[in-house]
Amino acid sequence: MLAFLGLTSVDELFDVVPEAVKLQRDLELADGVGEPDVLAHMEGYADRNRARSDRLVCFAGGGAYDHEIPSVTPALAGRAEFVTSYTPYQPEVAQGVLQAVFEFQTMVARIAGLPVSNASLYDGGSAAVEAVNLGTAATGRQTVWVSEGIHPHWRAMLGTFAVGTGHRIRTVPLTDGVTDWAAAPPGDEPPGVVLVGYPNYLGCLEDLGAVRALCDRTGALMVVGADPLAAGLLRSAGDWGADVMVGEGQAFGTPLGFGGPYLGLFACSSSHVRRLPGRLVGETVDVEGRVAYVTTLRAREQDIRREKATSNVCTNQTLMAVTAAVQLGWLGTSGLAEVATRCARATRYARDAVLGVDGVTPWADAPVVREFAVRLPRPADVVIERMADAGFLAGISLEGAVTDGDHGLLIAVTERRTAGQIDAYAAALAKAVA
Amino acid sequence: MPEETTVSTTTAGAPGGRASSAPLLGRDAEPTLFELSHPGRRSWSFRTTGIPEVPVDDLVPAAHRRDAPVDVAEVSERDLVAHFTRLSHRQFAVDLGAYPLGSCTMKYNPKVCDTVAGLPGLAGVHPAAPASMTQGWLGLMVELEETLCEVTGMAAATLQPAAGAAGELTGLLLMRAWHAAQGRERHKVIIPDSAHGTNPASVTLGGYEVVTVPSDDRGCVDMAALRSVLDEDVAGIMLTNPNTLGLFEEDIADIAAAVHQVGGLLYYDGANLNAILGVVRPGDMGFDIVHMNLHKTFATPHGGGGPGAGPVAVSERLVPFLPGPRPVRVAGGGPDDGFAWETPAASIGRVHTWHGNTLVLARALAYILANGGDGLKRIAQVAVLNANWIRRRLHDAYDVPFDRPCMHEVVLSARKLKSEHGVRALDVAKRLLEEGFHAPTVYFPLIVDEALMVEPTETESPETLEALAVALERIAAEAAELGQEAMAAHPLVTPVRRVDEARAARHLVPTFDARG
Repeated sequence: MLAFLGLTSVDELFDVVPEAVKLQRDLELADGVGEPDVLAHMEGYADRNRARSDRLVCFAGGGAYDHEIPSVTPALAGRAEFVTSYTPYQPEVAQGVLQAVFEFQTMVARIAGLPVSNASLYDGGSAAVEAVNLGTAATGRQTVWVSEGIHPHWRAMLGTFAVGTGHRIRTVPLTDGVTDWAAAPPGDEPPGVVLVGYPNYLGCLEDLGAVRALCDRTGALMVVGADPLAAGLLRSAGDWGADVMVGEGQAFGTPLGFGGPYLGLFACSSSHVRRLPGRLVGETVDVEGRVAYVTTLRAREQDIRREKATSNVCTNQTLMAVTAAVQLGWLGTSGLAEVATRCARATRYARDAVLGVDGVTPWADAPVVREFAVRLPRPADVVIERMADAGFLAGISLEGAVTDGDHGLLIAVTERRTAGQIDAYAAALAKAVA
Repeated sequence: MPEETTVSTTTAGAPGGRASSAPLLGRDAEPTLFELSHPGRRSWSFRTTGIPEVPVDDLVPAAHRRDAPVDVAEVSERDLVAHFTRLSHRQFAVDLGAYPLGSCTMKYNPKVCDTVAGLPGLAGVHPAAPASMTQGWLGLMVELEETLCEVTGMAAATLQPAAGAAGELTGLLLMRAWHAAQGRERHKVIIPDSAHGTNPASVTLGGYEVVTVPSDDRGCVDMAALRSVLDEDVAGIMLTNPNTLGLFEEDIADIAAAVHQVGGLLYYDGANLNAILGVVRPGDMGFDIVHMNLHKTFATPHGGGGPGAGPVAVSERLVPFLPGPRPVRVAGGGPDDGFAWETPAASIGRVHTWHGNTLVLARALAYILANGGDGLKRIAQVAVLNANWIRRRLHDAYDVPFDRPCMHEVVLSARKLKSEHGVRALDVAKRLLEEGFHAPTVYFPLIVDEALMVEPTETESPETLEALAVALERIAAEAAELGQEAMAAHPLVTPVRRVDEARAARHLVPTFDARG
């Protein structure tokens, strides 16, 4: 091949690179090794993770849940055609991904109770950021009211990105586990966006009717950060009158994976479809009139609109969207209701057991369905370490997450937890807080 | 069927590497899962828990309860498996054959990385577990960060950004934070007219104004034009090097000096980093901020559109501004003292809900370990060799607007085919699909008419490259012989034929429920 190019060495290919900037040594990295050595190296890391769910029984949630992943989900979503393809730029040979995403969009829209869903965003937090960008653009107002019950990491991201966009992020505090809208910052201009969790970070169900009324009064867009699995039991965001639903879709077949890759969900009303961030798949026909799918309303996107695009997102989380479509197909209509109900039952059972432990008190009395917070007689960090010795990942410390959170513990109970595990957890907790 | 529906597939030349044997039948549309649904069917099963069956009415207050279950679909596991398997057969992928989609670096993704991503000790870890219980993950991330810094010649990195565009915005916020720390506010960021669309979109979200500089007749940044827009209101410049024409910006040292002279920073868009691994490093070229696309350079699979991972590495002076928390070696500790989370002093904050697309990061580290320092350089060499071979091989059949040594990709043009025969780049791309190859990137970069951007990657064999070249030559000949109308009829044998994109936008059907 070199001869064909009239070259005598591979190095000549890089003659266009000025000598002055070329690396004059080898990279200081070990030489390549074979597959067994790679696996051994990575297994070494895996082995040093004590909190793996096959060693510590997982009671942690906070937007990342230890749900059942049936054999069919990785078997189908892991098919090489889904895993090793690129963004569907040539629809004639990308109908598989396009149709799977179309089905995903349909499922998310139905869960949200809203007519449009995009093809995914990076994670729940990035979806919240995009919703704020959409809402401020739609209302022309830069002020955003964010419930303190929104995931603390989402709130942190909103703060990070507001530096570039100029949005004013105002946190509205919680009282007794739910947002105290009366405590919203006085004297501000009316909000362009109101963002609330359902359930919120503490697992509590917020009064979304009051949020709708607030948005009607102020003219703000109502954005609900919904748990899409709990939505199997709960009224949908759209039914409550939300303009936008965002959420974390990890619960639908994606492993915990230390936090990524996850799945940002984004659904909205039809009136905002031209401001929708990211990719959208639409149904159409081919030249023979056969049903076909294609990415559409492309004029919103960065590769066409450049600096005037609605978002900079290009690569998204398509494989996780396909995973969710498979997992939701496996759950089906009855299974989504069933898993949400099982979580709610297990949560009830666990909450009763945990509140039976001396010195442990409820954080709030608001209703919960899949997660709940308690106050411990000791700092949560200490209790979490002690509980690990008993074989449990006890939950998430609320230190730094909400006001005065250091004795707070957030406990999630999925359909995978048995009565025996929960009883043992409560017994271990009694020792850990003693 | 009319005569032009006959497909003459390439038989001349080497047989290697084509997916033309794939059973992409496509006679009928695959019904949606919703159409396959039948009341009462189900796939799900859950474990026996021993938890009392409290009625739903007692679990959820009436005001919050939904009236009816979410209508998802009701299918058996058998039908579910058949449906998604059939969908997968309607999808081209790297594992089927060559995917010379320029700028996207669709190289083969080694299977060992899949195994790594599935290890229970990595996949089963909750992201909020304390550092004391996740030392393996922190150690893995620190090793990857240090490796990426060595590859790029930078001081430290954040692994949080989930994709390239997220990395860009992170980088621009770092740029903003750095200028603010110098006590100044700047408003403009320069990008070349050949840049990816994510660059200007990210600049806007970073709160900056885009200033576009043209390319010169060699396809590189026009130095005179650059100097004319450089002033003390310029926060920085975003460059891809090699650029999107596949050309190395030979004036990079001058560009860096000129931008630095006005107090601006240089941002390296790592979309094409795969071309220079082990040969030249962004840090040594003068860049201050670098994002990497792990799904391109380090072969993590792209999943039909994502996930990616877009770590951002920075020079020493920008380290205090990195997103946090970030995994670090315990201060002053030895190799066995472990790792901790640390938020840099002047951190711009969090840019991901958790720690980044972590399982993608694990795949990338496995890929790097397998290749090693020696292998990474070999990757760049072979990628550049393959692209130049394609350039040379096809410069008679197609225009090569910048016909000089390229790096990892080459931009061809169908402008002659268009002016002489009315056949467009799009027609060439669609026709190529029938030959068992994915199409090149078309109509990008925007500054080339009828662009066909070919990135063969280092993982395709010479036989595959030969088969690809033969197919493209054949198509050019066909175009001349048959003309636009015949070419526009293709593809014929794909799962669907040309798709009515205008209708999709005009009569928007974004869900099954929106079907008329």
